[in-house]
Amino acid sequence: MSKNNEIFVSLTTLIRKEIKRYLRIWVQTLVPPAVTMSLYFVIFGSLIGPRIGTMDGLDYIQFMIPGLIMMSVITNSYANVVSSFYSVKFQKSIEELLISPMPNWAILTGFVMGGVSRGILIGCIVFCVSLFFYPTFDIANPALTILVLILTSILFSLMGFINAIFADSFDDISIIPTFVLTPLIYLGGVFYSINILPDIWRSISMANPMLYVVNTFREGMLGVSDVSIPFALSMIVLFIIILASACLFLLHRGTGTRQ
Amino acid sequence: MNQFALEITDLKKIYDSGVVALKGINLTVKEGDFFALLGPNGAGKSSTIGIIASLVTKSSGKVKIYNIDTDENFPDAKRLLGVVSQEINFNNFEKVIDIVTTQAGFYGIPLKEALYKTELILKRLGLWDKRNEQARTLSGGFKRRLMIAKALIHEPKLLILDEPTAGVDIELRREMWDFLKEINANGTTIILTTHYLEEAEQLCKNIAIIDHGELIENTTMKNLLSRLDVQGFLLDMDKSLESPPAITNFKIALEDPMTLNVEIKKDQSINHLFDQLTQLGIKVLSMRNKSNRLEEMFIEMVNKN
Repeated sequence: MSKNNEIFVSLTTLIRKEIKRYLRIWVQTLVPPAVTMSLYFVIFGSLIGPRIGTMDGLDYIQFMIPGLIMMSVITNSYANVVSSFYSVKFQKSIEELLISPMPNWAILTGFVMGGVSRGILIGCIVFCVSLFFYPTFDIANPALTILVLILTSILFSLMGFINAIFADSFDDISIIPTFVLTPLIYLGGVFYSINILPDIWRSISMANPMLYVVNTFREGMLGVSDVSIPFALSMIVLFIIILASACLFLLHRGTGTRQ
Repeated sequence: MNQFALEITDLKKIYDSGVVALKGINLTVKEGDFFALLGPNGAGKSSTIGIIASLVTKSSGKVKIYNIDTDENFPDAKRLLGVVSQEINFNNFEKVIDIVTTQAGFYGIPLKEALYKTELILKRLGLWDKRNEQARTLSGGFKRRLMIAKALIHEPKLLILDEPTAGVDIELRREMWDFLKEINANGTTIILTTHYLEEAEQLCKNIAIIDHGELIENTTMKNLLSRLDVQGFLLDMDKSLESPPAITNFKIALEDPMTLNVEIKKDQSINHLFDQLTQLGIKVLSMRNKSNRLEEMFIEMVNKN
């Protein structure tokens, strides 16, 4: 068997292991986002939404759906990789990977693909849930929607990986999601258009990277956005390249993995 | 069998904390050998094994596995290497069969072949009946077997075992010895670290002793044991004594009223001791080593160092 085939087998093994991991604990990984998002749709969509009226010319619930999907994708792809990679470090089962001939890029890809698959699966689940509340949903640009979905889950899986590399305790893997990711997502245009903000807050919001991710996805689903799509896509790809390079560098150095 | 399975040259390791774990060790292990790497806690054994297995980053030096320089081609070197770590290093919530097949997958073995190999190795190690159980439900001994199954699934030419029988009962330990002897006879080179010196004496042909990050001995087991000048024996008698009997030329003491503690030098005849005891009317019922021979040697060398 050629070395390329061997690497392919090892990579698919790791991806299969990662997918089996979160499917085995589906009550903890797949159900909560569906329940939480249903509550958002009920409260903000069906109960409060009609009183708000329209946002960017769309029904409020319709405006909110892409943001809520993206919020679930971001948090779940991040959480999947950070918890999985930190767990293998904690249990020392990372030795199984380090001792094997798997190259670092395959190890990174395996974990990231696990996060991407969970992010996309959660995105599909939340979209299906949204159809109960807004059945007449037409996707404006399916190709852009899928592209952003994949790129976003890659980006946040890489962020989760770096968090896990530096984490020394379970506390360390919850600090970034709680104190950084969640506030940025909530202030990143999930529930509102930045056009309704005063100028100063609109300018501050433009510095929030989540705004670009959420709005690019909204452009794909609804055809409306507060930001430039080519710029936003370029930035997402640039950050993926930077973070992937950083992950590979850290793995090569053995930071957090080797003594 | 002239090839070296392992060549270590001037290997040094200084941890970030400043601890100097290895001070430049040189070591070779021949293909087909059953090699003991011994040393007290903190001597540098696990650092050495960690570096060979790529779990620890070396500060300087060279490591070659079957003539493959790990700096130049670590993946190829890793294909020839199996490691049984000191600590349990699998996901306790996975099934036994999944742990082993996944490990096979990490070595590029396709799933169908991995399942076949897993069945063989689990049956050989008496784990097949437990294949669908979560690893956390296994006893300590079975967890050790699972570690060995995992390390052997890709049929490595060099197997390193870092205290594989720690916490394992005597029966299981002897079963594992037989298994290790068998795979060594079939051509697998084995490097063993252990705190059970009897285990090293029983299994290993060659031995290195490491202490304070330096190799203080590297020789054959036979040669090492032949250097033992004095051996201690305990003699169980048929009657109790109040004081040690007057025996000439032997250092003798009472371990308890029914047991004599005797030191016999390499050049002394044990018959001479028995003759004197018989003359004094003391009947010896049984005789045993005070401690394992290698243990005596080991303690002597480490204390000297």
